[in-house]
Amino acid sequence: MNANASFKTLRLDQVGRDFGAMHALRDLSFEIARGEFVALLGPSGCGKSTALNCIAGLLPTSHGSIWLDDRRIDTLASEDRGFGMVFQNYALFPHMSVRDNVGFGLRMRRVPATQAAPRIERAIATVQLEAQAHKLPGQLSGGQQQRVAIARAIAIDPPLVLMDEPLSNLDAKLRLEMRAEIRRIHQGLGCITIYVTHDQDEALSLADRIVVLRDGAVRQIGTPQELYAKPAHLDIADFMGFRNQLRGTLVQQNAFPANVSVGLQFGDSTLFGFTRETVSGGQAVAAIRPEDMQIVGAGEAGVDAIVDAIEYRGRSFFASAHMKDGQKLYFASADRLELGSVVRLGASPQHVLVYSGA
Amino acid sequence: MSDAPALRTRLAARGFDGITLLVLPAALLIAGLFIYPFAYGLYLSFRPKDGSVFGNYLKFIADPYLYETIGRTLWLALPVTLLNLFFAVPVAFRVRLMHRQRLLTTILVLPITLGTVLVAEGMLNYFGPQGWFMRSLHLIGLANFGSFRLVHNYWGVFISLIITGFPFTFLLTLSYVTGIDPALEQAAATLGARAMERFRAVFLPLLAPGMAITFCLSFVQAYAVFPSAVLLGQASGETRVISIAAYQAAFEQYDYSMASAIAMIMAAVQLVIVTAVLALRALAYRGPAGGGKG
Repeated sequence: MNANASFKTLRLDQVGRDFGAMHALRDLSFEIARGEFVALLGPSGCGKSTALNCIAGLLPTSHGSIWLDDRRIDTLASEDRGFGMVFQNYALFPHMSVRDNVGFGLRMRRVPATQAAPRIERAIATVQLEAQAHKLPGQLSGGQQQRVAIARAIAIDPPLVLMDEPLSNLDAKLRLEMRAEIRRIHQGLGCITIYVTHDQDEALSLADRIVVLRDGAVRQIGTPQELYAKPAHLDIADFMGFRNQLRGTLVQQNAFPANVSVGLQFGDSTLFGFTRETVSGGQAVAAIRPEDMQIVGAGEAGVDAIVDAIEYRGRSFFASAHMKDGQKLYFASADRLELGSVVRLGASPQHVLVYSGA
Repeated sequence: MSDAPALRTRLAARGFDGITLLVLPAALLIAGLFIYPFAYGLYLSFRPKDGSVFGNYLKFIADPYLYETIGRTLWLALPVTLLNLFFAVPVAFRVRLMHRQRLLTTILVLPITLGTVLVAEGMLNYFGPQGWFMRSLHLIGLANFGSFRLVHNYWGVFISLIITGFPFTFLLTLSYVTGIDPALEQAAATLGARAMERFRAVFLPLLAPGMAITFCLSFVQAYAVFPSAVLLGQASGETRVISIAAYQAAFEQYDYSMASAIAMIMAAVQLVIVTAVLALRALAYRGPAGGGKG
């Protein structure tokens, strides 16, 4: 039924795409195994949609090659690749019923109606739209349209399902529901899913692996756990919720096998942490999540700060403060602190990631 | 205080408020410049010189020199409209993808601004016996068939209607074509549809209602052909279109009643064609041409 049914890996080899003098995508290389769910994550304009369109064949590549096992596919037209794609605006055919939309790919493949019908019904059942199968897309809600788009993409049993920010048009509650749904559908299919998003929560909760892009190039590839705990660069740390970024002077370095333990001095106080990239020169930046900063005793390692604002967050308080040199700090506190009071804030060294300050 | 809402509120709920008054000047204009002349013409058509009611209409259907103008005009207007539509769709599809769309559109639209008489003048010079085109044909020995001509016959009018009608058809078509979400084509491509299948299964059904409207407007325009039929055709022969018959009745025989009757017949023919096309359109899908929430 499908020439691609028994593939094992998708491989991108130095794929690039230029628009005139602009490099929208540069040397994108990675390999995805069958069954994996990979998220392409990055801010808008980072090249993630370009990458997806290149894989889908909607945009020719300028360099490099794309392989499904040892079959080169970047030279094929989109219609010959047989990948399922879910578009950001769903791109449902407005003049066709849900059933005809879902069956479109099979009709184009000249699958006889008797064989197509059960496959269409199965795809519709997968997204739980049996009761809507006769309706036109315009008669459906946004969430239902989204499900039709997914059903249409999976009905052709594609080796690869490509999703371009599929949840960005849905409200927050529906987005959480569909997230679980997409994960469930992926697990049921056993294909590769490549999912483009700018929402790190979505990427962390859905993906087996995340490819972080910036300015058309890969910044980091890793599991959600790796990205969450050990972002490779400061901009990724920023993206991953390391809201405190304190600029200080490097005072000591001890080489450990994996990382380098460093001390960062802020005026007369010091924080200790581990470097995530090569740090040279005197200046460096310590990145710490607000929830990893605690109030510590006067004699312990930490920085002094004056409380500026405090807000109630249910389980705890969330405070902002500033240090003597004016740098802002955010932290969680069990108690309601007095505005203007001075607190000493510390963090355990494994939660302090030190990046080059240049 | 009364429980019922004020008259003003009740009117506003039905869509009548201060702003509704702004419709008035346009309504008066339409009534004065369109409805009244039409009604008067209709009335006039039933007051023939012979004193009967249907005399003009009976005369029209009895006289081949008159009733054959319907067929002659259709024989020009229908193929021209279809051909224009046939050309406009692929050109619009191509232009849709172009970066310098505005430049090309401007060039294509130029004939609209020229007017039919100037186009006719140009064609007489270019395609006429002493024009470049015919002289070049002579030069390479292709025009020695004796009767081969491109002006003062059916083809002269045909070509001029194409030239003046195409930009109009094209602009309308372009607006319908660009109204179709390009993601739909991409979606169809990822699902395995080749270019021809994408056109047939996705574009054509979404374009059909717009093409019906475009057809009607282009057809009505072509059916009313007058200057080019006189200047480039044979006004008493194969391009004696219905508007020429009306003109002759009014300004050569001074029979305004007959002229009105011919104008009414002309309107009726257009109405029949337009109604038929719109009835076909009603069978097609007519919703939005986008693929979901934008």
